[in-house]
Amino acid sequence: MPPRNLEAALEALLFSSDQPLSLALLGESLEAPLDEVAHALKTLEAGYASRQAGVELREIAGGYLLVTAAEHAEWVGRLLRGKKKMRLSRAALETMAIIAYKQPVTKSEVEAIRGVDSSAVLGTLLERNLVTIRGRSKVVGRPLLYGTTQEFLDYFGLRDLSELPRPEELRALVAAREPEQLEMLEVMAEVGSGLPVGESAHEVEPLPAGTGDGAIADEPLGD
Amino acid sequence: MSPADDTPAPVSKVAPSAAPGEAGSLPRDAMRPRGLAGPPPVMVKLERFEGPLDLLLHLIKRDEIDIYDIPIAHITQQYLAYLELMRSFDLEVAGEFLVMAATLMRIKAKMLLPLPAVGEEEEEGDPREELVQRLVEYRQFKEAAGTLKLREDERRLLFERGLLPSEDEAGPLPLAPATLFDLLDALNRVLSRTPRVTVYEVQGEVYDLDEKLSLIARTVAEEGRVRFATLLERCQTRAEMIVTFIALLELVKSGTVAVVQDETFGDISLVARAPEESETHAPAQP
Repeated sequence: MPPRNLEAALEALLFSSDQPLSLALLGESLEAPLDEVAHALKTLEAGYASRQAGVELREIAGGYLLVTAAEHAEWVGRLLRGKKKMRLSRAALETMAIIAYKQPVTKSEVEAIRGVDSSAVLGTLLERNLVTIRGRSKVVGRPLLYGTTQEFLDYFGLRDLSELPRPEELRALVAAREPEQLEMLEVMAEVGSGLPVGESAHEVEPLPAGTGDGAIADEPLGD
Repeated sequence: MSPADDTPAPVSKVAPSAAPGEAGSLPRDAMRPRGLAGPPPVMVKLERFEGPLDLLLHLIKRDEIDIYDIPIAHITQQYLAYLELMRSFDLEVAGEFLVMAATLMRIKAKMLLPLPAVGEEEEEGDPREELVQRLVEYRQFKEAAGTLKLREDERRLLFERGLLPSEDEAGPLPLAPATLFDLLDALNRVLSRTPRVTVYEVQGEVYDLDEKLSLIARTVAEEGRVRFATLLERCQTRAEMIVTFIALLELVKSGTVAVVQDETFGDISLVARAPEESETHAPAQP
């Protein structure tokens, strides 16, 4: 029997949790059909937004999480006395990006791209549970393979991996930054994104469907 | 001209006014002299590069080089000059930077060599190609890291439940980034809060017995009859009372003053005695 007031019950569940709750788990707990739960989630979310509530409903790491609204971050931050996790260093962000896009990936592959030793950085990411060992590669030496975790999605506030910019979007961002490619940017701005950018022989590999709900853009990438 | 001026390594001269020589153009953006005019030590800000690829990308961007058509001689020179600069500041140049230097020089050498004779099996492409691919790939991941950074920033503004530590486990406040002025403010606050040290200068109150003797004698002589209590009430301190009492005993002993009590438990008074009666200790004659 689903609760009489599904929306309120849903709110109660979300309030009680410090982890993102998946639609499936919510439906199971409330004994309600998933489409009804999804609808109630939408209503709840819209409700918070329309009355500019102090909390908002976010879809993070494949689930739903009640968080404080960004505009009140300063006040909540004060209450927390700065007890937030350390930010990731640039090296860590770089390594994180490579792993996110190339997973499962070996340490030497990461290092080949970065051009520097990445053991320490990788250690930090493992320690913070943003990266996990996915197994071993079949290549000689059977090196460990690394991939991202749920915590990774949570840390970056990603619904799933497909929310990362796709390789062609990255190329567009790069192009926008490079002065010698300004004309290209203008062309793109006119036509809109989605155009194949650049003529690079190299493609960033598409995201594997290993993490998240697998909603990966399966647009074929040219080579 | 000192011999040092002849060394062809302008990068080691950090003066911002260095003549724009070959490598002299390098410090242009790598070194930012700060501070006021005058001869203060030159402040140098070296950008921190994550690695040789990062440095190469920086040079390519700075010199507005087409990444797909890198003038290898130029970039090699700039790269080496940068390493030289790092060395001149006693920065440890990581091995990876040296490997890249070698790679650059190898590519440069290859490009100088005549193309292999027609008919040879090896069909070598552009020697730069592999490096370009690496740079392009690295640049994309740098961009990806940038977008992750933005996501990180956004996410850090959202707080879920359970982050708030309880009063017990909250522990001491974390170290907050503080400026020099914050520190000075803090010092001022502490200084103003410090209780003014109240120094009591204790003067040894020396009561002279002889002085007291004559004072009491005089008082009694002038007033005729002085209440014992009144006499002691005039004293400021305990010590004075004691000295007064001792003086009084002395006076009684010497017969200068007589002590009278009109009724039991009544007031005790002092009266003067005539000097000629001083030989007896008896109370005043009726």
